[in-house]
Amino acid sequence: MSTQQDSNSVDTRPPATNAPRKSGLATTAQTQRASFTTAIGLVIEREVMVRLKSKAFMVSTLLSIVLFGALVAVSGSLPTLFSSTDKVAVTSAGAQAVEGIDGIELVSVDSTDEAKTLVTSEEVAAAVVEDPASPVGVTVIAERSAPESLTGALSQVPTVELLDPHAPDPGLTYLIGLGLGLVFFMSAVTFGTTIASSVVEEKQSRIVEILLASTSAKVLMFGKVLACSILAFAQIGLTALSVLIGAAISGNDLVLGKVTEPIAWFIPLFIVGFVMIASLYAAAASMVSRTEDLGSTSSPIMMLIFLPYMAVILFSSNETVMAVMSYIPFSAAVAVPMRVFLGTIEWWEPLVSLLILAITTILALLLATRIFERSILQSGPKVSWRQALTRSKK
Amino acid sequence: MITLDSISRSFGDKQVLHDLSFSIGSGRMTGFVGSNGSGKTTTMRIILGVLAADSGRITVDGETITAAHRSAIGYMPEERGLYPKMPIIDQLIYLARFHGLSRHSARRRGLELLEQLDLGGRPSDNLEAVSLGNQQKVQIAAALIHRPRALVLDEPFSGLDPVAVERTLEVLKDFADTGAPVLFSSHQLDLVERLVDDLVIIDGGRLVAGGTADELRRQRSTPEWILQTDSDMGWVREIPDIRVVEFDGNWVRFAAPNADIAETVLHQAITVSSVKSFAPHTVALNRLFQEVTQA
Repeated sequence: MSTQQDSNSVDTRPPATNAPRKSGLATTAQTQRASFTTAIGLVIEREVMVRLKSKAFMVSTLLSIVLFGALVAVSGSLPTLFSSTDKVAVTSAGAQAVEGIDGIELVSVDSTDEAKTLVTSEEVAAAVVEDPASPVGVTVIAERSAPESLTGALSQVPTVELLDPHAPDPGLTYLIGLGLGLVFFMSAVTFGTTIASSVVEEKQSRIVEILLASTSAKVLMFGKVLACSILAFAQIGLTALSVLIGAAISGNDLVLGKVTEPIAWFIPLFIVGFVMIASLYAAAASMVSRTEDLGSTSSPIMMLIFLPYMAVILFSSNETVMAVMSYIPFSAAVAVPMRVFLGTIEWWEPLVSLLILAITTILALLLATRIFERSILQSGPKVSWRQALTRSKK
Repeated sequence: MITLDSISRSFGDKQVLHDLSFSIGSGRMTGFVGSNGSGKTTTMRIILGVLAADSGRITVDGETITAAHRSAIGYMPEERGLYPKMPIIDQLIYLARFHGLSRHSARRRGLELLEQLDLGGRPSDNLEAVSLGNQQKVQIAAALIHRPRALVLDEPFSGLDPVAVERTLEVLKDFADTGAPVLFSSHQLDLVERLVDDLVIIDGGRLVAGGTADELRRQRSTPEWILQTDSDMGWVREIPDIRVVEFDGNWVRFAAPNADIAETVLHQAITVSSVKSFAPHTVALNRLFQEVTQA
């Protein structure tokens, strides 16, 4: 082996320089360090490519796209799936009474007795026969209970005056909060964890030291935050697209109509809020040396996302709480669209929320950079949040 | 030439480097020696700019070091690391591009290096799929990928088998022969002794000795001689100014302040017995290192 070394020894000679005894370090036309933006671009490119090549990531992305799209597509036909047509036996008077009621199939009979026989034999769900004693002139005969569609339609309904026929359905408000909150919470946690494990991977494998000799900690952190944000937005964008397609297929005008404005607010709030959370996750991950320790530094961030999310859902009908929540950066992305949907928000309020969120995000980025730079080279036991903030420079 | 001038650094209350100054000469292999925790890794990180110094200055050929200078240094950290789940060639390209190489020229350079390191056949394997020895070779390739003009290597031989050690040595010597400064730290003092032109010894973050290896041997130790005859030489102990270091019947190693006094021992030996051999003994760096760090 050693005898071959001369023939295939590694060519380490730097290109000839005019002053061979100088180190040549000053004449580095060829090896100019990549600029800040180029370097960030390199980090983003690698991070994105690694995820795109990861089967787990692609499978979960495709699954969520297909699942959400299919769910919305099917939701339009849900009412018809769960209701069935009841057969109802009617005498001639009964037929008059039930005229115009949807969802029943009429079976004509000649007498009350014949109707009773059909009900007993379960050939029909119920029967409507004349009964002079009844205030509505007919009696409903059923074996155990009469179909609600029938009794409801036959009952006398008092006059209803709707003061605000377009007032939002509280159930729907709750669903929107739940849905947007879920999107926010799931993507923040999923991609937060992704960014965290990518930081720890570099720390654990120690490549971070080579990287830091080639570029700065800022580049690494910004690159990772941006890469994760791009992936998250792409994933959610595709999911949203499939939801819209699903809605178009099912003719679900709810998705297409009323929630457009809330969603239009959700998007910018989500984008800015996501960057804030991703940078905090990057900082949390920089404080540990092993994946196993990640939970302890990232759980405070998880709480910061989870508690406001819970509060928004629990207090979705409490206007005061919702007003406050729409100014808290961690819950704004969900609370603002909900209030927009409810119509309880002034036109300028979402803008103020967005501004507060943007400022908080910038502060979070600065804080995260500070922590990241001070902790990324620390190996061994995890660095506490307090230590990370008070430690001297890199 | 890279020069460190009064570099100090503390972590919290603990000062790990105290006014450390030394130079890495162009075309010189400089060995960087010190016990664990003496500040070697911190020093190297400061040279690379991975850590900042609290005070002091680093210059390259007289100019204060810049990011461009640093980008032209090949670095191998003590704790090895590359991406385990990334193809070898891809990570080399990735690292090279931070130094301004185009993707195309980085690929060409990477393939060339892998070929020269006998890894040519498998550039697109994931790093974790190749043997540990080959992973080390990739690490060397990673330090050389951007055609550096200087090398800083932290414990380049640790964990290497003898063949790989020889291989790395070849690489480093070739590199230094082109006129590039090379600094490397090592615990394997026998290797350092064989390899270095210059030596920097630190202890507790302070420079304790620096200079060429020969100079240090001369300065730092009383010259010693080994004398072997065919009879017992207990009488050597009686001679003034002579200190017997090691004794085994008719074999003795002794220290003398100068060659003349050593020769008086030889003369006396000739008169009482038949001399088999007499020669100056070079103190191994191992002992020199112990002497220096314990002094």
